Amino acid sequence: MLGFDRLVALVAKDLLIELRSRDVAYSTLVFALLVLVIFNFAFELRAENLQVLAPGVLWVTFIFAAVLALGRVFAAERDRGVLEGLLLCPIDRGAIYLAKLVSALVLMLVVEAVAIPAFIALFGLNLPLLPLGLVALLGSLGFASVGTLFSALAAHTRTREGLLPILLFPISVPVIIATVKATTVVVAGDPWELALPWLQLLVGFDALFVGISYLVFELVVED
Amino acid sequence: MVSKGKLEWLDLLGIVTGLSLIAALYGALVYAPTERIQGPVQRIFYFHVPSAWVAYLAFFVVFVASIAYLWRRSAFWDRLGRASAEVGVAFATLTIITGSIWARPIWGTWWTWDARLTTTLILWFIYLAYLALRSYVSDPNRAARYAAILGIIGFVDVPIIHMSVVWWRTLHPEPVVVRAGGPALEPPMLAALFLGLVAMTLLYVYLLIHWVMVEEVRDDLQLIRQRLAE
Repeated sequence: MLGFDRLVALVAKDLLIELRSRDVAYSTLVFALLVLVIFNFAFELRAENLQVLAPGVLWVTFIFAAVLALGRVFAAERDRGVLEGLLLCPIDRGAIYLAKLVSALVLMLVVEAVAIPAFIALFGLNLPLLPLGLVALLGSLGFASVGTLFSALAAHTRTREGLLPILLFPISVPVIIATVKATTVVVAGDPWELALPWLQLLVGFDALFVGISYLVFELVVED
Repeated sequence: MVSKGKLEWLDLLGIVTGLSLIAALYGALVYAPTERIQGPVQRIFYFHVPSAWVAYLAFFVVFVASIAYLWRRSAFWDRLGRASAEVGVAFATLTIITGSIWARPIWGTWWTWDARLTTTLILWFIYLAYLALRSYVSDPNRAARYAAILGIIGFVDVPIIHMSVVWWRTLHPEPVVVRAGGPALEPPMLAALFLGLVAMTLLYVYLLIHWVMVEEVRDDLQLIRQRLAE
């Protein structure tokens, strides 16, 4: 698999840079924890209201942290001329998108993997980790799929990553609704089938927008 | 450049649009009977529904123009998308405002998170982002390409947004607040609505053509400025 090797190499490059500099992961992680603390002050999270508010609190935290991380996805490419180098490589343009998508997704999942235990520790609400992880994976993929594409667009605007949330939030409304709803089912311990339509919606959204973004990414990096 | 013949043809369209708007006003305010339960407020319906129709039509035109631009790369399709997005946002704003004015006395609230309202609001945000994206990219070719990408993704997303919002509403534990389902329309009301739809669509086409022309002049101006700077 010629394409797959290159994809792995591209992802490894991004993750290695991140591992060495910790530019994005560090700020995003601390930011996510701070948002959780702010939510505590904003809503006075207690045992009585925690179960109702937990899905919203978690996803607002994830999404805000994700916007922060996604905004930096193409920063090195833009600032240090890496993109030109990548475009000169004999790789499919779509593969560059997929590599960036995987890197962004890994970063989001790392943040979530820290924020969820922190949430449990801070508020003392037991969350079923496995189903929650599945929802987080599908939701993050949906968010990162359009987010990675829009990050490439926003990187070349005058406002830089300032434009990203304005582009990303309206488009990802279905992801936000579906993840919050599915998380509500999971947190309340309701029958699993209730979350099924939302998970199907997420899978559909993920497939559609990974596909479209893969196809149109070529147009973003045309010049 | 704009030729003389084209202008005359446009003037004719302008006159027809103006007349049909007057006819639509007459239809909505005089010809259509007053609704028995809602009273005169219901007459805003004859402007609200056509505005919503035009907004969705305009965003569909953005979608088509975006695909055509990426395929053909001609400045015309880019201008058409740009113009249609601007006119569409104006009509979407009108839709939301007229809806709120109606909802206040009838539902007792300016806004409710009903599926259709929510979808229209999200749509409004998407095309605001479309216009913002355009204005924040300096290179015109790049701006056109980026906008076309958002024009496609935004429109593809509309049915998904609507579906998710409908599910969100129906699966919601609270009962649905108010349903708009009034009695079926009387023939004179239907006629007034039809007149409104025709008039608003003509207005859209008229504005769109003008807007495309304005964008053409704007592009020319930019080119001249660029040459002067060089």
